[in-house]
Amino acid sequence: MRLTTILLMALLSGCALQASKPDDLYRELGQEQGIKTLVTKLLYNIADDQRIADQFRDSNVERLRDKLVEQICVLSGGPCVYTGDTMAESHAGKNINDMHFNALVEDLIAAMNSQQISVSAQNRLIALLAPMHGDIVYH
Amino acid sequence: MRSVFGKYAANCVAFLLTATIDIVHADSGGRLLATGAATQIEGSAGGGIVPMAVLSGYDTRDEAGGTAFVSRVDTKDYRLDSIGAAWSWRNRVELSAARQELRLDTLAGALGVPDNTIRQNVFGAKVRLYGDVVYTATPQISAGAQYKKNLDFFIPSAAGAKDDSGVDMYLAATKLFLAGFADRNVLLNGVVRWTKSNQESLVGFGGDKRNSREAVFEGSAGLFINRHWLIGTEYRQMPDNLSFARAQDWKDVFVAWFPDKQWSVVAAWVDLGDIATLRNQQGWYVSIQGSF
Repeated sequence: MRLTTILLMALLSGCALQASKPDDLYRELGQEQGIKTLVTKLLYNIADDQRIADQFRDSNVERLRDKLVEQICVLSGGPCVYTGDTMAESHAGKNINDMHFNALVEDLIAAMNSQQISVSAQNRLIALLAPMHGDIVYH
Repeated sequence: MRSVFGKYAANCVAFLLTATIDIVHADSGGRLLATGAATQIEGSAGGGIVPMAVLSGYDTRDEAGGTAFVSRVDTKDYRLDSIGAAWSWRNRVELSAARQELRLDTLAGALGVPDNTIRQNVFGAKVRLYGDVVYTATPQISAGAQYKKNLDFFIPSAAGAKDDSGVDMYLAATKLFLAGFADRNVLLNGVVRWTKSNQESLVGFGGDKRNSREAVFEGSAGLFINRHWLIGTEYRQMPDNLSFARAQDWKDVFVAWFPDKQWSVVAAWVDLGDIATLRNQQGWYVSIQGSF
């Protein structure tokens, strides 16, 4: 009985502690190096994705990679500063539709799977990115 | 002779399967996996017994798409088979058609009537009014209607049902909460249906106790274990129009599997309560859906 109580308390406090760390997701994504690898894999997936590869043809890949790394780093609670344009600015006039947006989400999920990022961390990252949908599509 | 026929049948089945797979693989739309839901027994996009605000298939605001499904509910004394198809356009309008066939051998035996089957046609339309199930902060809201025509009205009529056809209207709100519970995605769905149907109108519309529409509540809640597996539960309130037998609310617990954007499979344990005096109708539900 006492053991159960102790285990339960350990579990509860563990959970509480985990939830209170703001850079939890950043760590689960593998910190700076993990996020760099993730974004590189995402960009390779995009380049192979007929649905959206054309949208990125004129992009400066180096810059795109750096800004995406910064953005995911900031969103996940990491020690970075985002220095890129707003989502509305960087996507204006590009005729991005729902299909394009979802294709990128699928490419990101594929990249996260290949990085063996947990389902819970994947869900949390997508939850942070999803609200940008309205600023990106049909502008 | 037999082997020739057997070979012909095998070839035929193989051809149909290949053709179906070709059609189904032709083009899947641009929405995210599982956002087209499954098909509920009346042919609308939803779970097993309850519709949702999402539209069938995976078409975005620039595409069209559709689904076909078969399902079976098997309880102690009844068996309901449904088959149908749905087409949706630009993630705005869904049109659906389904044929249902209810086998009721126990009831037919008890009543001493030769009819052991009730067939019903359902034609549905659904319009997305507002929102996106994944991306907007508020739920996706849709309005729908299901026109139903009961083709074997002898038993429903004997039970006191007033009409063999009618229209159900509903308003549905559906939302996926990303990382909503324990960092898993949570699906919540609520429906208000204006109806006077008896047992999903398999026992006709209206009755001696009540012959006017009322608002009933239907709901679904689910948890995505990962992108492919959803577990959940549904509840569907039933009008109680017939003094001949009380109608009880329907409920189920289900597991849904979305292996890819072409297929989905739902299995459930259903509890339909008492139906036409036969008590405790519990049993299994299975449905398979193909998207194109």
